[in-house]
Amino acid sequence: MNPLLRISAAALVSVTLTSSFNATAEAIPADKIATLREAPLNVEPTPPVMQKVINSDVKEVRNYPMQPPVIPHKIDGYQVNLKVNKCMSCHARTRTGDSQAPMVSVTHYMDRENNFLAELSPRRYFCTQCHVPQLDAKLLVPNDFVDMDTLIKADINKEAEH
Amino acid sequence: MIAKLLATLKKIWVVLRKPSVHYSLGFLTLGGFIAGVIFWGGFNTALSVSNTEAFCISCHEMENNVYQELQSTIHFTNRSGVRATCPDCHVPHNWTDKIARKMQASKEVWGKVFGTINTPEKFEAKRRELAEHEWARLKANDSLECRNCHNFDYMDFTRQSQRAANMHSTSLASGEKTCIDCHKGIAHQLPDMQGVEGW
Repeated sequence: MNPLLRISAAALVSVTLTSSFNATAEAIPADKIATLREAPLNVEPTPPVMQKVINSDVKEVRNYPMQPPVIPHKIDGYQVNLKVNKCMSCHARTRTGDSQAPMVSVTHYMDRENNFLAELSPRRYFCTQCHVPQLDAKLLVPNDFVDMDTLIKADINKEAEH
Repeated sequence: MIAKLLATLKKIWVVLRKPSVHYSLGFLTLGGFIAGVIFWGGFNTALSVSNTEAFCISCHEMENNVYQELQSTIHFTNRSGVRATCPDCHVPHNWTDKIARKMQASKEVWGKVFGTINTPEKFEAKRRELAEHEWARLKANDSLECRNCHNFDYMDFTRQSQRAANMHSTSLASGEKTCIDCHKGIAHQLPDMQGVEGW
């Protein structure tokens, strides 16, 4: 599946919450935006079916170099709070030997003055602020994002024509 | 004082040794049998009542803390409708082990009487200690309560995610690790895990 077609779970949730509850998750036409509920006020519309989280454990290609990598597995019930960070029980440097999970990058240990800290930087502590699991879902809104490499390739082709 | 006690004990012993004068052998054996049934039945009924979720959460310490945390986990609600209640994980199913655990639980009655964890703050302060008791228990019995339902021999690795299959077919299969080593905090919130192995 084209990675562009997969939208982040967070985005989907927010879009679903604000969008209509019609069974088929399609793009919302502009004239309908004013009435996102798409059902009379006294009727409880049927919510769309819950989507399945992709649990393949296969790394997704990033859509652009600085994209926070998406999570290719389920994170149901993962506890990330002041007491404990479940993600780090596999992704911490010392744990990657046992877990074979990718280590969180060193930038996560840097504060905003670029000083290295012994522990995760507090601003990078809450993983799901940037990293999210993916749903095997249809695209809710069209996306015409063009990746940098595609642009470069198009450029080269153009020069070759001249 | 001691001589007096010994005299009383001797008197009881003499009475026990003497054959019955007033009651027939039939009455004594049958009566003994019926009394036995009633006592044993009563004991077992009380035991099984104390082994229900309703009994566990009749204490607000359990209902307001651990039971609330359990409710959002997969052991409480899931697609197939199988539920693990408190005793399924916290009380051994085997009779002798169960009695041993019940005797240990008298400490919990003590805790209840003296309000050791009767506020959320006190519970939070004790969370690590309580969790460590459970981890130690499950580590010692090779995660027996997990295995009452999750039998390693019946696992189909092809139906597991790749990650899970890898771990289960190596560390768990070799007996190097047991369930609780990796699956901590699956039914309740974890305490501060500073210094816990693997965290």
